[in-house]
Amino acid sequence: MKVGVVVFPGSNCDHDLYHVLKEGLHLDTIFLWHKEHDLQGCDAVFLPGGFSYGDYLRCGAIARFSPIMKEVEQFAKKGGPVLGICNGFQILTESHLLPGVLLRNNSLQFVCKNTSIRVESNQTPFTKKISPSHILSMPVAHGDGNYFIEEEGLKRLEGEGQVVFRYVDSSGKPSEAANPNGSVKNIAGICNAAKNVVGLMPHPERTSEGLLGTVEGKIIFESLLG
Amino acid sequence: MSGPFLREFLGNPNGGFVKAKVTVKLKSAVLDPQGKAVCHAAHSLGILEVEDVRVGKVFEIQLTGQDAESAQKKLKDLADKLLANTVMENFEVEILK
Repeated sequence: MKVGVVVFPGSNCDHDLYHVLKEGLHLDTIFLWHKEHDLQGCDAVFLPGGFSYGDYLRCGAIARFSPIMKEVEQFAKKGGPVLGICNGFQILTESHLLPGVLLRNNSLQFVCKNTSIRVESNQTPFTKKISPSHILSMPVAHGDGNYFIEEEGLKRLEGEGQVVFRYVDSSGKPSEAANPNGSVKNIAGICNAAKNVVGLMPHPERTSEGLLGTVEGKIIFESLLG
Repeated sequence: MSGPFLREFLGNPNGGFVKAKVTVKLKSAVLDPQGKAVCHAAHSLGILEVEDVRVGKVFEIQLTGQDAESAQKKLKDLADKLLANTVMENFEVEILK
């Protein structure tokens, strides 16, 4: 399997992601510069965290118009697996590949801490090896992670099983205290209707190596391997 | 020298320009924590009459050409695609000159 990590000016989790995919999972991994017009035969595409274009205008708003995003959009529409992490998630919502939007955290603070997220769906290429209700521990690091969608859209997400991850407390409940940013219904990650495009705010690439204390995030990448 | 600087240097070949203002505001259904913080700060300043604040953005834009109607159309398109995220924001286009 060949996988690509898109690099925008201002991406800063691209090398972490590359390292996990290449050294941790031994996949044929390449970087895809944002100005490229070709996914070079990748079987899956990753949009990393960071501050693409300095978060100017809105997080992800400018990255959406990068040449490579046209290719990513076509790839996603054909059913290709795409995972957006943190800023990658923001870019996917700005590109309308995922519904809703990520607003400023309700605390107005940049939040950098460990969270527990409950897996709500194993119907995506990035969660199919995880049993639903399983809880994973991984950090968030963002200023704009407050997921919002209007009421009708939220009903659709919940009804169609498009909520993939939810922030929960130690007892597995999506409590207000467990919600780091004010996201509606404690949503930490979602997928599109076809379930091949997934976005989440927490960072699985930061919990995929024993040296970093936990490998709980690695299963998200391993799920892709069928 | 590029873009607007070059145009200023060479003069505008079409003659004239249109100045416009695009205002982007959060939709009323969207909570605005920034506005809340500003409201609290106003109270700390002793201006207790401030009851509610919503924070938005203003874009001052200059376009070449003289046709206000076509400028309005172009800016609507720009606001819809780039300046606003219509999932959470509304926008208004105002032609000034």
